[in-house]
Amino acid sequence: MSEFKLRLRRYDPESGSAPYWAEYSVDLEGHRSVLEGILQAKGETDGSIGIRCSCRAAICGSCGVLINGKTALACHTHLDKAARHAKDGVIEVEPMSNMPVIKDLIVDMDAVHWKKQQRVTPWLINKEPIPEREYIAPHESMVDITQSMACIQCGACVSSCLSMEIDPLFVGPAALAKAYRFVGDPRDAQQYERLKDLAEDPHGMYDCTHCFNCIEACPKGVAPMNQIMRLRRVAGDHEIVDRNNGHRHESAFVTLVKDYGLLHEAELLPRSYGGDSWFGKFHPNAGKELLDSLPVVVKGLMRRKMNPKIALFGHKLPKDALGEVQRIFDTVESRPARDELNLYIKGYDEDDSGAQDSGAGGPEHANNAPDQGQPGQEPEESPVR
Amino acid sequence: MKVAYWPGCVSRGFTPELHGSMAKVAPLLDMELVELDRASCCGAGVIAEHSQELADTLNARTFALAQQTGQPMMMNICSTCQGSQTECQERLDANAEYRERINATLEPDGLRYDKGEVLNKNLLWLLVEDFGLDELRNRVKRPLKDLKVGPFYGCYIIRPTDRLGIDEEKPRDRYLHMLIEALGGTVIEYAGQHKCCGFPIITMNKEASLKQAARHLGDALDAAADCLVTPCPLCHLNLDLQQPLAERYGGRDLGLPVLHLPQLVGLALGLDADDLGLARHVVKPTTVVDWSQSVVAGVGGSQSAGW
Ligand code: SF4
Ligand code: SF4
Ligand code: FES
Repeated sequence: MSEFKLRLRRYDPESGSAPYWAEYSVDLEGHRSVLEGILQAKGETDGSIGIRCSCRAAICGSCGVLINGKTALACHTHLDKAARHAKDGVIEVEPMSNMPVIKDLIVDMDAVHWKKQQRVTPWLINKEPIPEREYIAPHESMVDITQSMACIQCGACVSSCLSMEIDPLFVGPAALAKAYRFVGDPRDAQQYERLKDLAEDPHGMYDCTHCFNCIEACPKGVAPMNQIMRLRRVAGDHEIVDRNNGHRHESAFVTLVKDYGLLHEAELLPRSYGGDSWFGKFHPNAGKELLDSLPVVVKGLMRRKMNPKIALFGHKLPKDALGEVQRIFDTVESRPARDELNLYIKGYDEDDSGAQDSGAGGPEHANNAPDQGQPGQEPEESPVR
Repeated sequence: MKVAYWPGCVSRGFTPELHGSMAKVAPLLDMELVELDRASCCGAGVIAEHSQELADTLNARTFALAQQTGQPMMMNICSTCQGSQTECQERLDANAEYRERINATLEPDGLRYDKGEVLNKNLLWLLVEDFGLDELRNRVKRPLKDLKVGPFYGCYIIRPTDRLGIDEEKPRDRYLHMLIEALGGTVIEYAGQHKCCGFPIITMNKEASLKQAARHLGDALDAAADCLVTPCPLCHLNLDLQQPLAERYGGRDLGLPVLHLPQLVGLALGLDADDLGLARHVVKPTTVVDWSQSVVAGVGGSQSAGW
């Protein structure tokens, strides 16, 4: 047994007083969970501590909190590890972010998380006519959505979302991951409508800043951000050109890198607003945007921040190098089907002796869930170590 | 140390002072840069959003070019390059069949990526892990005394932690802190240090994008920072180039200078502010450099202390 100190954020809205910190000491082994620590403090010191929990095994999704400022499941975080990461040795526990606090560590999931789930029509809209027996779906397409199906609705990603922190209307990571669960399901009848709806919503799939916080927070390896990128990709397949410039931005970026080998930022902005061609910048939307940004551009040019030549004509790879890059584009873009290597599903090679024994491991390999929540095998080693 | 050097696109486009300052700083660190001038854009996550295989192939080509230089170390100066290239490298390394498929696309140009042959590190990691902060301390000519610096990492270089090899042994999400201290400056802790600058959605939701930038700049100012330092030129675009607009969306005056990582290092190593391109920023770093005397250190800070 060792002693751990917990500092809990306490708040009772009915009391009329402000939130405050309170410290508790608990006596538990280091491999026990932060949740057990909180429950011991509640049982032995102060029965009024508010915490929601049920399974204590990272299944029910009730016990999401902030531990030392980062969202996690209290039952899925070891006391010793949490203590090592605490800035002064005291484990700090707060209610999750981006949701109103009901009491102490309990947040109002209905007000935010569940409402956003509702937003994406979280059920299957079946195809007609209804077959006599069950719907038959190809195995691979169901494997593709297992990752989003692993969600336990804990709201940790919602709490961690940096876009939602600024724009509370953002549909958010959990709901968008749920949306992909149906967009990727071949039995669903309204994939186009779902995608169109979430692409056109100014707070929809293009409102994600790609900050990776939800990937980091999710205890189940759902990687909501990756599901959002899939939504965008499939929306592109459906040729949905949204009013938020999401699709235009993506295709402008890809085209510019194909044409120049490098990113040509000065073209990217007007094309994102106006359309993916050199004429894009003459579109009225692009003009409006340019006017809005004019002080910035002028200032940049005056400080010689942007070289006017590069700003106008962009930098380019040498001709033969550009040829190599363009051949890669042609080769990959001409494939009959897009190839996506999802490591959640495929896992990592056990050894790398060659192509023959690689890769095709199905989800049957994906069952043990280590700490970071990657149900596939952990990388033996990050490529950058 | 000799490294294969990938400067990225933005460092040669909208923030040329980044590439320029790196070139100035390298000799002072005994660093020889073998520039990968045939490599393409890393895709910044956007090409991968369009097609994962395309992004993986383009970056495999970059790694293959780095391999051809014969240097085991490839260096980048952009958080976003680090993150998106590492993501591709993780997939390439994870699956031999996939790797061979990508290599087949590269083959006609005589290029090939081999697992374990290229270690791709941002300047920040290289300074801390390979050059060493003690060595850096020894070379400081002008300690950044009294300069209060807020670190701004950029999402791509700190998340996801497992992919980027961040753990207790390698606390790469604290390296900027350690570096600022080694250069003699004071670290400002503030809420936004590990948050998102908002740049990726600047064309999709400008208001949300610039409100993010404004909030982090404001938080750093409230914590009494003289400037921010960032290893990411895309963050620099939202935090510096767009700062006048961010002021508008954030509803407050800001005026907080944002330095590129090699600029901060260069100042401490005794380089001239103009040589490091500091005059090119939209927010002129008057709180960092006293331009009349060309001396460094918390000019704004000491002024307000005199009140
Ligand atoms: S990656 Fe997107 S959805 Fe995930 S936390 Fe960041 S902004 Fe939110
Ligand atoms: S995606 Fe992950 S973090 Fe988000 S609600 Fe589902 S299980 Fe929780
Ligand atoms: S108590 Fe069920 S997930 Fe933590």
